[in-house]
Amino acid sequence: MTLMKRISLIFRAKADKALDRAEDPRETLDYSYKRQLDLLSKVRRGVADVATSRKRVELQVTQLEQQSNKLTEQAQKALAVGREDLAREALTRKSALTGQINDLRAQHAQLQGEEEKLTLASQRLQAKVESFRTRKETIKATYTAAEAQTRINEAFSGISEEMGDVGMAVQRAEDKTAQMQARAGAIDELISSGALDDASSVGRGDDIARELEAMTSQSDVESELAALKAGASGGSPQALDAPEARPAQIEASQTEATPVAEPRKEEGQA
Amino acid sequence: MIVRILAEGQWTVADDQLDSLNALDSALEAAIADGDALTFAKSLEALLDAVRTSGSPLPDDTLEDSDLILPPADATLEEVRELLNDDGLIPG
Repeated sequence: MTLMKRISLIFRAKADKALDRAEDPRETLDYSYKRQLDLLSKVRRGVADVATSRKRVELQVTQLEQQSNKLTEQAQKALAVGREDLAREALTRKSALTGQINDLRAQHAQLQGEEEKLTLASQRLQAKVESFRTRKETIKATYTAAEAQTRINEAFSGISEEMGDVGMAVQRAEDKTAQMQARAGAIDELISSGALDDASSVGRGDDIARELEAMTSQSDVESELAALKAGASGGSPQALDAPEARPAQIEASQTEATPVAEPRKEEGQA
Repeated sequence: MIVRILAEGQWTVADDQLDSLNALDSALEAAIADGDALTFAKSLEALLDAVRTSGSPLPDDTLEDSDLILPPADATLEEVRELLNDDGLIPG
């Protein structure tokens, strides 16, 4: 037997099994109609769920793109002050980010495809459910229970097949979406940890910005020192005390041995 | 005859197309038996395309069951195996 025949028989067996459940065949109609409506709302929920996941991925792409732009700017700044090593580091991170962005874009396309498929499935099912409802009313009004049986079988097998199909489509969409949500969750964590979103505030991600900052503040210190030396050669000790804290801060910033502990150190000094 | 492509819809296909569909179906079955995912994907695409091009789509509101049912276009080899084993791919 061909593959396509086997699949159709599997579907039909399911439909027959469902049909045997009710005693009065006309009750079967109402029961089935209720199940159809349930499935219809399930498909619509499915569409909404996939759309939510798609939007989440969209947001992530935007966030990662912002971060990627930031790294480009940092690389430019680093080059401008002659730090090719820092520029290289920024661009290396950017390229890792680009991989993630491409991955997310592929996911986005897949989710979009699922969303379209489910939307079409829900439209098809809705048309069939409506058609079934009309036929159900006719059958109930016109036929005795015995006469109704064949008509019901006819109406029922068509819609059962559709329900099997749609039920399967929803299940597959849910499975696919669940896989992607797990990965999206990991990226959300990465973003909310600040490692990607705000490279200049915490953790490993901030050392480029910090070095650039340190270099800027070092030159600030030098120019302030020069100004002090030039202005007040007999300067008061108080005036020299204040900027003294800054070279210490620069040292802390330039030491990369314990990057995680550093922000705390800086806070203590601030 | 009426042919359904899962997750896509139903088509009316002229009965004289059955032989050519059967030939494509055999190729698909062979690929499943061999566990050859690449040939599987190609054969499935060929079979579905044959239905889409030789058939005409049924309106959404018809309540007719299909003579033949085909896997969804994006189905994997494993999924079709499961489907044939009736392992819960079709809920209810």
